[in-house]
Amino acid sequence: MDNNELNLPGYEIPDDMKNTVAITSLDRLYNWGRRSSVWPLMFGLACCAIEMIAAQASRYDLARFGMEVMRPTPRQADLMIVSGTVTKKMVPAIVRLYNQMPEPKYVMAMGACASSGGPFKEGYNVVAGIDKFLPVDIYVPGCPPTPQALMNGLIMLQKKIDKESISKVRWYRKGADTVEVPVPILGPDLIDVRRIPDIKSKVAELSNPPAQREA
Amino acid sequence: MTTPASVSTVDLAARFPGIVSADSRPGYSGWIINADKLIEVATAIRDEFGYDLLSSVTGVDYPADGKMEVVYHAFKTTGGSIFVFKVQMPRDDPVVSSLVPVWKGAELQEREAWDLLGIKFTNHPDLRRILMWEGFEGHPLRKDWKEPFYEEELKPFKSRWPDGKHTIAEAKNPFRDNVQFPVGFDPEKYTFEDPEQALYTSLRKYQSEDKDGIKTDHILVNMGPQHPSTHGVFRAVVMLDGEDIVSLKPVMGYLHRNHEKIGERNTFLQNMPYTDRLDYFNSMSNNFGYALAVEKLMGIQVAERADYIRVIMAELTRIQNHLIWAGMMLNDLGAMYTPALYAFEERELILDIFEATAGSRMMCNYFRFGGVARDMTEDALRKTRELVHDRLPGKVDEMDRLLTDNEVLVSRLKGMGYLSAEDAINTSMTGPMLRASGVPYDIRRADPYSVYDRFEFDVVSRPEGDMYARYLVRIEEMRQSLKILEQALKQIPAGPILSGKPQYQVKIQPGEAYGRVEAPKGELGYYIVSNGKPNPYRYHVRAPSFINLTSLEMLCVGEKIADFVAILGAVDIVLGELDR
Amino acid sequence: MYGKGLLKGLGVTFVRFFNTYWEDLTWMWRRVTTGEKRYHSAEGIAHRSSKNTRGIFTVQYPEEKLPVPEEFRYIPFLVYDEGADGAKEIRCTSCGICSKVCPPQCIWIVRGTDPSTGRPKPQPAEFYIDADICMNCGFCAEYCPFDAIKMDHDYELASYTRTLLPMEKLMKPASYYAEIRPLNAAREDEARKAKEAAKAAKAEAAAA
Repeated sequence: MDNNELNLPGYEIPDDMKNTVAITSLDRLYNWGRRSSVWPLMFGLACCAIEMIAAQASRYDLARFGMEVMRPTPRQADLMIVSGTVTKKMVPAIVRLYNQMPEPKYVMAMGACASSGGPFKEGYNVVAGIDKFLPVDIYVPGCPPTPQALMNGLIMLQKKIDKESISKVRWYRKGADTVEVPVPILGPDLIDVRRIPDIKSKVAELSNPPAQREA
Repeated sequence: MTTPASVSTVDLAARFPGIVSADSRPGYSGWIINADKLIEVATAIRDEFGYDLLSSVTGVDYPADGKMEVVYHAFKTTGGSIFVFKVQMPRDDPVVSSLVPVWKGAELQEREAWDLLGIKFTNHPDLRRILMWEGFEGHPLRKDWKEPFYEEELKPFKSRWPDGKHTIAEAKNPFRDNVQFPVGFDPEKYTFEDPEQALYTSLRKYQSEDKDGIKTDHILVNMGPQHPSTHGVFRAVVMLDGEDIVSLKPVMGYLHRNHEKIGERNTFLQNMPYTDRLDYFNSMSNNFGYALAVEKLMGIQVAERADYIRVIMAELTRIQNHLIWAGMMLNDLGAMYTPALYAFEERELILDIFEATAGSRMMCNYFRFGGVARDMTEDALRKTRELVHDRLPGKVDEMDRLLTDNEVLVSRLKGMGYLSAEDAINTSMTGPMLRASGVPYDIRRADPYSVYDRFEFDVVSRPEGDMYARYLVRIEEMRQSLKILEQALKQIPAGPILSGKPQYQVKIQPGEAYGRVEAPKGELGYYIVSNGKPNPYRYHVRAPSFINLTSLEMLCVGEKIADFVAILGAVDIVLGELDR
Repeated sequence: MYGKGLLKGLGVTFVRFFNTYWEDLTWMWRRVTTGEKRYHSAEGIAHRSSKNTRGIFTVQYPEEKLPVPEEFRYIPFLVYDEGADGAKEIRCTSCGICSKVCPPQCIWIVRGTDPSTGRPKPQPAEFYIDADICMNCGFCAEYCPFDAIKMDHDYELASYTRTLLPMEKLMKPASYYAEIRPLNAAREDEARKAKEAAKAAKAEAAAA
C-alpha cells in the first residue's frame, strides 16, 4: 500500500509517523480498494478478445493492476469488457450477463465494434454499439486496440473510479438504477423491449404511408 | 496456379448424356447437373471419378436470370486440382435434394445456404437456420434483400464525398437503430415459437427408461455462448445420459458479422482488411487465400520476392497459431495458463515482425493483388532469421518436452475423440484434423500454390485419429514450418514486391474463381464470382473452422461431458471464421 | 517409468523459474559494469523483445512503453505543412480517394469552395473520421497521392464518450509526421522534390 496515494492533501503527518499512518476519507479508501481489484468478466466476443488475452499474458500482464482474476461467471465480476462485435443473436445473452453482475459494475466498450458497430456496422446481424443496451463507462477506439491501448483504457477507468463518491454512486441510491436492463427479444428482427411502443407506431406509419392515408 | 482448363479433365457430360452439360458461360467452368439427378451424379463423382472430398457447398443468386445456383467444389484427397459442379433451380422455388447421403460434409453448409439464400434441400436431416435465428425475416444473401442500414448497392457511397456531411447511420433509419420490421408487425402481440424448441427436438429423442426399476432421464446441457472454454461465443447443446454424451448439436451464429453480404458491397480491394477479421489469429493466411482467388480472376502473376514474403508470413502465422493452440488446449484440459503463457511469449515475438512489416499486430492487411503492401525491411528479415534459426526451434522443443510425454496429458488425449479416415473425408475435414486421421492431405503439396513447390518439407500425418494424434501433428507441423522458413529465408530473391502498379480499383473479368490455401486450421477457400464490376458479385468463404465442426457430434458421442471441452479444443476453431 | 514425462515437464518450468532470477542477477552485474538497466530503459525493452529474452518478459506499461515500429498504424490523421507565418497549409486537396478506398466508409469530406467564385477549390471544408468505425487498415494513407493523410502512432485514445474526429482534431504538423515515421517522410519528401524539380524543368523547357 502506498500511503502517499491515500493521504488526503492538507493534513500534515509528523515525520516519525509517516508510512504507518494515513489520513484519508472513506471515499478515497473505498475507491482505492475498488480500483485496485477490478475483476473482469472472462468473456470474449471476437478479435478484440485475443488482444485482451494478450494483455493478460506474459508481456503486458494485467496482474500489475490487480485485474488478473478473470471470472468466467458474471456473479464474481466487476467489469465487463465487451471485446468485439455485438451481434443481434448474442445481445440477449450479453444483457443477461450484465444483469447478473453484482453492483458496482462497469462496462468497457473495447474496440470499434463494441463502441458503434465498427467496420461491421452496416451488417444485418450487428448491434450498432453495446451502448444501445448497456451504460458504457469507457470507450477504447482501435480495431483492435493493442494491449497497451486497452491498458490505457483500464487506467482511465481507474481514474473514473477514483472520482466516485459513496454517497453519490448510482447503485447506493434508492430505487432507480438498480433496475435490470430488459432482455431484448429475437423476433423478425431484434426487438428492444423498452422501445416497443415506439416500434409499434413506426411500423404503423410505414405500413400506411401518408399518401395512402390521404387517399 | 491452376488454370480453368485443367479443371475438368473428367468428361462428365459424356458419362451422363442429357443430364450433365458443361458450364459454358464466359469465365465459368465445371458442369451443370440436372437437379433431379444430382444424387446419382454426385455418387458417381465420388466413387467413379475419385473426387472424395467435398470441399465447399454454396449458393449464388442470379435474379436477372431468375435462377438460383448451388455450387459444389470437390477434390481428390490424393491431390490434384478442383472439380466444380453446379445445380440450377428456378429462383422462386429453389429446391434441390440434399447431398448429405453422399457427403456428410454438406450438412452444415447446406443449412447455411438455406439460412442465407433460402435454398431448400430435400431429405436434409436437420434443415434449420444456422447463422441467424429461427424466425428471422428474410434470407439476407439474396440480391433483393436489403439490410436496415442499407445505403447504396455498391461502395464507395456517394454520400461521403464531395459533400460528405457526417451523419450516423442510425439517423437514416426510421427506427433509429439497425433494425427493420415487416409491414403490419405488432411487437405487442408478437408471439413466437420458442426458437430453441426446434433445436432441442432435433437432438435425439430422449426416452425415459427404467433402469433396474429406477426411472432415468436424459439431461440437456447448454454450453455457451458464454463459456470459458468454447473459444468465444460458440454454443453446444448436449444431451447427456449421466455423464455420457448421447447427442450433440453445435449452435452458431453468435458472431455472424455478415462478412459475405458486406463483401459483396465492397470493392475487391476493400475486402482485404475484412478477411483479416475472419480467423483473427491468422490474418496473413486469410489474406493469402483471398489474394490467390482474386489473382486467378485477374489472371496476373505475383512478383517473385512477394511470393517468398507471403510464404514466410504464412508459415510464421502457422507457428504462432499452433503454439497458441497447444497452450489453449492445455487450458481446456485444466493445465491452467503455464503452457499458454509460454506460447504467448513466442507469439508476441512473431507479432513484432508482423507489426514492423505490415503495421499491425493482428489485422495485418498486408497482401495486395500481385504482391504485398510493402517490402520486408532488412531489419525485419534479420529478426525473422534470428527467430527461425536461434529461438523458435528451441521453443518448439521446449513445448514438446513440457507436454508430450506428460502422463496426465497422454491419458486425457490418447484414444479420445476418435475419427476414422473414411469419416474424416466424408465429413469434409481438412487441415490437421484430417491429417491426424491418417490422410496425408496438405494443399501445399496436393495442389501447390505460390512457391510451395520449391520447398522441401514433409506432410505430417498420423494414423491414430485420436486427440493425441492431433496434438502430435500440430507440434510436428511447427517443425516443418520452420524448415520451410529456413529455405524461404535462404532463397528469397531481391526485386519488386508488386507485379503491377499499386491501384485501388482493379480490373476484373467476369467469371468465377476458387482460391484456397492450407490455413493453420484447414482448407481456407474463397469462391468469388465477378460480373466485371469493381465489386464481387458473389463472395463466399469456405471456412475450415466451420466445416470441421460437421464431425463434432461424431467425435463426442460416447465420450464424457468433461472431455467435450478438450475435443472441441482439439478441433481448433476460431469464431470469427466459424460464423463469418 | 510412470511420471518420467511429468518430471521432464516440471524440469522445463524449473529452468524457466531459475532463469528469471539468473537473468536479473546478470543484469545486476551489467548495471555495475556497463550501467545498462533491465527495466525502465530502452536497452532493457529491446533486450526483452529480442531473440535472447528469457526470464521476465513483461513490459511494464505505463511506466515503460513498448516502442512501436515505424509502420505501426492506428487512427489516421491529416498532415499540414507549417507556412512561413505559422499558417497551417493542409496538404489535403479533397480529391476524395481516401473516402472512396475506405473499406468501412468512415471518412466524410466536404469539398471546399472558393467564397469569391463559388467554384470548388482543392481544400477540404470539413473532414471527419469516425474513429469508432475505422478499422485501422491504412488504405487511406497508402493510396493518398498527396501524402496528406497518414496513420498515427498514438494509441492512447480511450475516452468516456464515442470518438468522432473532426478536422481540427485530425490535423497534425508535418514535423510530427517526420518524427513518428522518419524513413517514410524522408523518402516521400525526396520523391516530391524530384517531382517538383522535374515539373520545373519541364516548364523551363516549355518556356524555352
